[in-house]
Amino acid sequence: MIKRFIAAFHKASPHVKGESPWARAWRRFIRHRLAMAGLLFFGVLVILALLAPYVGRYPPNRIDLRNAFSPPTWEHWLGTDGVGRDVWSRVVYGGRVSIAVGVSAVSISVFIAIFLGSVSAYFGGWADLLIMRVIDIVMSIPPLVLIMALIAIVGPSLRNTILTIGFLGWPGMARLIRGQILALREQEFIMAARASGIPPYRIILRHLLPNAVAPLIVAGTLRMASAILMEAALSFLGIGVPPPTPSWGNMLQEAQTITVLESYPWLWVPPGIAIISCVLSINLIGDGLRDALDPRLIL
Amino acid sequence: MITYIARRILISIPVLLAITFVLFLLSELMPGDAVVAMMSPEAPVSRAALETLRSQLGLDQPWPVRYARWLWQLLHGHLGYSFITFEPVTRVIASRIPATLELMGISMLLSLILGVILGTISAVKQYSLTDFVLTVLGFAGQSIPVFFLGLALIYLFGLRLRWFPVSGSHTPGAPPSPIDHLSHLFLPLLSLSIMRIAVFMRHTRSSLLEVLHSDFLNVARAKGISERAVIIKHGLRNALIPIITIVGLNIPVIFAGAVIIESIFQWPGIGLLYVKAVQQRDHPMIMGLALMSAVVVLVSNLITDIAYAYADPRIRYD
Repeated sequence: MIKRFIAAFHKASPHVKGESPWARAWRRFIRHRLAMAGLLFFGVLVILALLAPYVGRYPPNRIDLRNAFSPPTWEHWLGTDGVGRDVWSRVVYGGRVSIAVGVSAVSISVFIAIFLGSVSAYFGGWADLLIMRVIDIVMSIPPLVLIMALIAIVGPSLRNTILTIGFLGWPGMARLIRGQILALREQEFIMAARASGIPPYRIILRHLLPNAVAPLIVAGTLRMASAILMEAALSFLGIGVPPPTPSWGNMLQEAQTITVLESYPWLWVPPGIAIISCVLSINLIGDGLRDALDPRLIL
Repeated sequence: MITYIARRILISIPVLLAITFVLFLLSELMPGDAVVAMMSPEAPVSRAALETLRSQLGLDQPWPVRYARWLWQLLHGHLGYSFITFEPVTRVIASRIPATLELMGISMLLSLILGVILGTISAVKQYSLTDFVLTVLGFAGQSIPVFFLGLALIYLFGLRLRWFPVSGSHTPGAPPSPIDHLSHLFLPLLSLSIMRIAVFMRHTRSSLLEVLHSDFLNVARAKGISERAVIIKHGLRNALIPIITIVGLNIPVIFAGAVIIESIFQWPGIGLLYVKAVQQRDHPMIMGLALMSAVVVLVSNLITDIAYAYADPRIRYD
């Protein structure tokens, strides 16, 4: 049992002939137990977040001073905070914010990465040199430090959190796409496409990018986990999603006093567990996707 | 080797220059300037007086001039003055560096040693119970965000068990003693190191597993060398080469971790300084610290590349 569990971290299933690559990847993915566990768990989190108004039971910002610091009870599943707001409701609504930040920030990053990565690889020369140097520069400043400097300019808000995380998350993925396209650019089918007069944007979109989709899906999934972590870290430092909008990070930030930490653990344990389980489940999905999509594993 | 090092250093100079330019642009975009920061809100000053002051300070010059002057000052180690405390940025940063260096350095060393040891055990005993426990712990360790870990450790060791202090780098008012200092260092160090230990452990495990069944190890075994010597002298030596890159990649991560950990534990290093500067929008301080972190990354990349080339001679002749 132990052997199989550990092997699940590095597993590849046998290659069946006559199967399309996507069908094969899907079959491998649904056999990947940890990835399926992650997918299941993340699915639950997404459903809870989507149904927040129904499963939250209380509005997340309803103040009830007579019920402040109530420990978990039947009325308040996870207790209440210092002004009597329901913690369960805030965790569920916070999930909305965290997942929304993750998804939208990664979408921005992926879009920029696709554009710059493919331009850089397809056209080469000056464009390539310029874009690669920009990547070097962005990657030379620790992301948290750079994002914090940008936040100092634009001010903390939900929108700015998404934009700064999204606009600084692309360099790694752009490099990935560039590498994939460079490897394909000189192959015969691309030359044939060029010779028949297809415009570059069409060659990139229809012939080159589809070949770079698999690693991009893996990178994007893992990127989303780090975007969610980044939002939590920023909100935790008080420069991410500003209160009263609940986010897992700013719930932890509000709990950052010795009194709360010591006497009211239901204020900081639930959002912390929410962050860990969300990030862990996305990472498990990403790992599973990598194992399922990486063709090197069947060689 | 020397040509390789020289070429590597030459490549990083334009990148560094470009970084200073990006940071200069960012500081241009930040609302407010030194003149606004100098004015107190109680005593209103006329617009004309503000303009006079701006031209005295050279702030009305076109931006290339200001950039060149800023760069010139930078070369002499001047980074301007804090908008909040009016102290020279360079001096404030310099006074905070030792605390962060202590935290980051010890954490890096500790996690490297523990990670390699645990990873080796895990790989040698592949698929055993020990390996299983370490793999699960490693996965958990990698998934806990550093700020939650910090809070949990404060709760457990600081508030419940009361073994360690949870704030600052020494007890205020008490005479300085190494024991007091170390007890303050313990919790931030642990929070910062757990994730790194897990990362190094996983990489050591997979890297060692790759070489463990290679021909040259079988040759060593065939010569009758003990399994212990085979693994440590021949296996680890080759397995650890990729770890050099992982260490380099982790320096910026550990720096970001230090920003968060220092603000949780009020550890008086540059991370805490940076969080305060961003919250107060202290632009010169933000720029100085961002530049410093970029230099740290560039230098650590440089050292990583050189160390890699030293360990793996094939790299040098590309």
